[in-house]
Amino acid sequence: MNESTQAFREHPEFASLKIVEAITMTISQEENFMRKIENEEKIEPKDWMPEGYRKNLIRQMSQHAHSEVIGMQPEGNWITRAPSLRRKAVLLSKVQDEAGHGLYLYSATETLGISRAELIEALQTGEAKYASIFNYPTLTWGDVGAIGWLVDGAAICNQVSLQRTSYGPYSRGMIRICKEESFHQRQGYEALLALAKGSPEQKQMAQDSLDRFYWPALMMFGPHDSESAHSAKSMEWKIKRETNDDLRQKFIDQTVPQIEVLGLEHPDKEIKWNEERGHYDSGEIDWEEFYNVINGNGHCNRQRVEHHIDAHEEGTWVRDAITAYNVKKNAKKAQNAA
Amino acid sequence: MSDAIKQATLEYATRLGDDSVVLGHRISEWVSYGPFLEEDIAYGNVALDYIGRARMYYTYAAELADDGRTEDDFAYMRSDRDYRNLLLMEMPRGDFAYSQVRQLFADVYATVMLPELLKSKDETLAAIAAKAIKETKYHLRRSRDWVLRLGDGTEESHKRTQKAVDQLWGYTHELFDMDETEQLLADNGIGVDVSKLRDAWHAMVSSILTEATITVPEDSWAVRGGRTGYHTENLGHMLTEMQIVHRSHPGCQW
Ligand SMILES: [Fe+2]
Ligand SMILES: [Fe+2]
Ligand SMILES: [Fe+2]
Repeated sequence: MNESTQAFREHPEFASLKIVEAITMTISQEENFMRKIENEEKIEPKDWMPEGYRKNLIRQMSQHAHSEVIGMQPEGNWITRAPSLRRKAVLLSKVQDEAGHGLYLYSATETLGISRAELIEALQTGEAKYASIFNYPTLTWGDVGAIGWLVDGAAICNQVSLQRTSYGPYSRGMIRICKEESFHQRQGYEALLALAKGSPEQKQMAQDSLDRFYWPALMMFGPHDSESAHSAKSMEWKIKRETNDDLRQKFIDQTVPQIEVLGLEHPDKEIKWNEERGHYDSGEIDWEEFYNVINGNGHCNRQRVEHHIDAHEEGTWVRDAITAYNVKKNAKKAQNAA
Repeated sequence: MSDAIKQATLEYATRLGDDSVVLGHRISEWVSYGPFLEEDIAYGNVALDYIGRARMYYTYAAELADDGRTEDDFAYMRSDRDYRNLLLMEMPRGDFAYSQVRQLFADVYATVMLPELLKSKDETLAAIAAKAIKETKYHLRRSRDWVLRLGDGTEESHKRTQKAVDQLWGYTHELFDMDETEQLLADNGIGVDVSKLRDAWHAMVSSILTEATITVPEDSWAVRGGRTGYHTENLGHMLTEMQIVHRSHPGCQW
């Protein structure tokens, strides 16, 4: 660089020129981004995206991943007590699917420039959330059926809608995961049906599980749209495609006939078909309970995170062993090559 | 099939079913406790394979018994004194090294035993063996890899692995014991003469342990009794948990 260019670069005019250039670039990038969103084109990892979009996605996707992983615990709680070999195999394989979903979603989140270790750290410090439904305890075998049917069922409503989310890797993940979730829902429902058609004690078990998991399942869709902190921006960016209340209504509607087939009592005494709306009217959710559990007062909040931390910490020496082993093997390889 | 052979085959299928369900159950205890997510999935697959095997063996046993019992009656309605699994399978989960060493012992055992069972004149047993052989190939690759990495990893992992080998070694001897029932089946080309498999097992296990820098123990102690229902204290607790729901609702469908 010669002296005159040097002087030119240091000239204040040059600096402001650069800023203007940067601003125009950003504007066009932002416009380009919004144009894609409007045209229903997917945003891919290498594409420019607003920082808020990236953050919002990391929050939502990692929360989803953590939910899959923490969700392994309440159901895992019944693997060793499953009442038949067939049910044991089905449950084992379901919990494994959830681990797979977690893995897949962690990888998808990593495309946003954050590592799995950082994500797990955030889960363990409580900075990141997971679905609050898993803070409810699984007390009977019936709960395994209820979770598959209602919890996976509610998750599917949400995830079907997310298949159209604007971020490519997330959208593709949802398409893949939804297939397995529908399978889980059917198996859960079938397990509950076996109870509902079984002995009086079994039927009572099914009713009890339905009563305990119905309302928390409705809460999975989040607060009313008017109360939802992240909703508006997520809708604008098409991260979210349908509102909490719309998705919840869909779930309420589909669940009524399913409960009828089971021959169980609907936990919502106010449930009533509304001809005009073409939907079921329903009773109000106990939002106090919702916030109470989210804020740490559920039966299992501490237990779930501690379980995760304990397993992770107990696994440290195993992970260290792999690293040490690989270092030794590579050193040997290098030595042999030399 | 003569009556004696039929009875012996029923007993044999039950024993192999017991081995499978007990080991599968022990592995399933790891779900959500693994050192990382990928391992949770991989080991869970092994558990699933073993539960699947148990179902095939028990279904066959039920068929031979022909008294209205099902696979679940075999798994859930028999007590520890009736169970005929090898003691090795019922040992508790332990730490990760303990479980992987037990797995290696079991996988090598399956590796030397299943090809013999494949030759069985009993078509059902041979068919189960054919399916299980494929699974075991993958199981052994996995447990071998783990024992190599843990044995030759850090000082701590080495110590834990050596300890597990020393603690479990004495339970491996009965893997090669024969009794009248199994002898009858071996003589008739139905069952496997496991007494002839000890050397192959020992050679394979020793070579893996040595590569893992683990000392192969001397044969200084041996505990026996699984095949006669003389179990360790561990099995009772395991079955209590496994059978509680099923037994609390007699005669129910699930
Ligand atoms: Fe899932
Ligand atoms: Fe999910
Ligand atoms: Fe699921």
